[in-house]
Amino acid sequence: MALDNIEKLIEKYFDATTTLAEEKELKAYFSSDNVAPPLEQYKPIFGYMAQAKHEQFTGTIPLKAKKRHTVLWISVAASVVVLLGVGFFTFNHYNQPVSEDFGTYDDPAVAFRETQKALEMISQSVNEGIESMDYLSEYEQSKNIIFK
Amino acid sequence: MNQKEFMQLVNPFKDKVFRMAKRLLVSTEEAEDATQEVLVKLWYKNDNLDEYKSIEAVAMTMTKNYCLDQLKSKRAGNMRIVHNNFTDREAGLQKQVEDKDTWQWVERIMNDLPEQQKLIVQMRDIEEMEFEEISAILGMNESAVRTALSRARKAIRETMTKTHHYGIG
Repeated sequence: MALDNIEKLIEKYFDATTTLAEEKELKAYFSSDNVAPPLEQYKPIFGYMAQAKHEQFTGTIPLKAKKRHTVLWISVAASVVVLLGVGFFTFNHYNQPVSEDFGTYDDPAVAFRETQKALEMISQSVNEGIESMDYLSEYEQSKNIIFK
Repeated sequence: MNQKEFMQLVNPFKDKVFRMAKRLLVSTEEAEDATQEVLVKLWYKNDNLDEYKSIEAVAMTMTKNYCLDQLKSKRAGNMRIVHNNFTDREAGLQKQVEDKDTWQWVERIMNDLPEQQKLIVQMRDIEEMEFEEISAILGMNESAVRTALSRARKAIRETMTKTHHYGIG
């Protein structure tokens, strides 16, 4: 290859205006044995650039299989269902409406009698309580004797 | 996408990612870590990969960002000084010793370039990528890439001729 052609290419190379093809041409020229003596100085540059591409990655790439997301999601769904079930059960269990139906009487007379009976029962129990308090009046008497 | 398909997808460019990481991080071990990190991240993106036009460009951008982050962190800063002393024993093993020596100069000179210029030289001169791809990965416009590239190439030349004349390695 003509020397001045190469020189022109070198000039372009240092101005970064060469194309990839021209740069390959330069690399080929400088890897040959008949490099013109004035251009010897560029030999290592192009020699290095050409050989540096052959270095290889020798390490390994530790790829882990992608996690099975479906299994994860099924377990999440299952636990949500269980939680909801337990929650619903306890909610119902503790909040059962107390029955407010005590029955009723259609006949006012019967109702009056029954009411009276019920009230009598209450007053009887109350009186029983009062009776058991009777002995307290003993204190009252002795108190009246002492403090006239 | 399973592991095998993913590996087929990344195989064409995983070395490229590694070389770029090594250019920035210098040490082989750190570059390997970075490559793993980037590819594993890519694997977890798996489902969205179809959305990208070029997965390679995505990987390169991720690598660039990851490595620059690493360099910023103190850890990498300390490591770098240590690893600067190592030279690459693998590259060009079969080639002539003399060639290897001069190549190492070039490599060392490149280590001293600013990060952005390193990236550009790496992608253009070593990986032989189009300016369009490079500017997309770096988020720069094409003329800025060209300017930086020209500056980097000239800087390499300048340092090379100096070493050539004075014979300092």
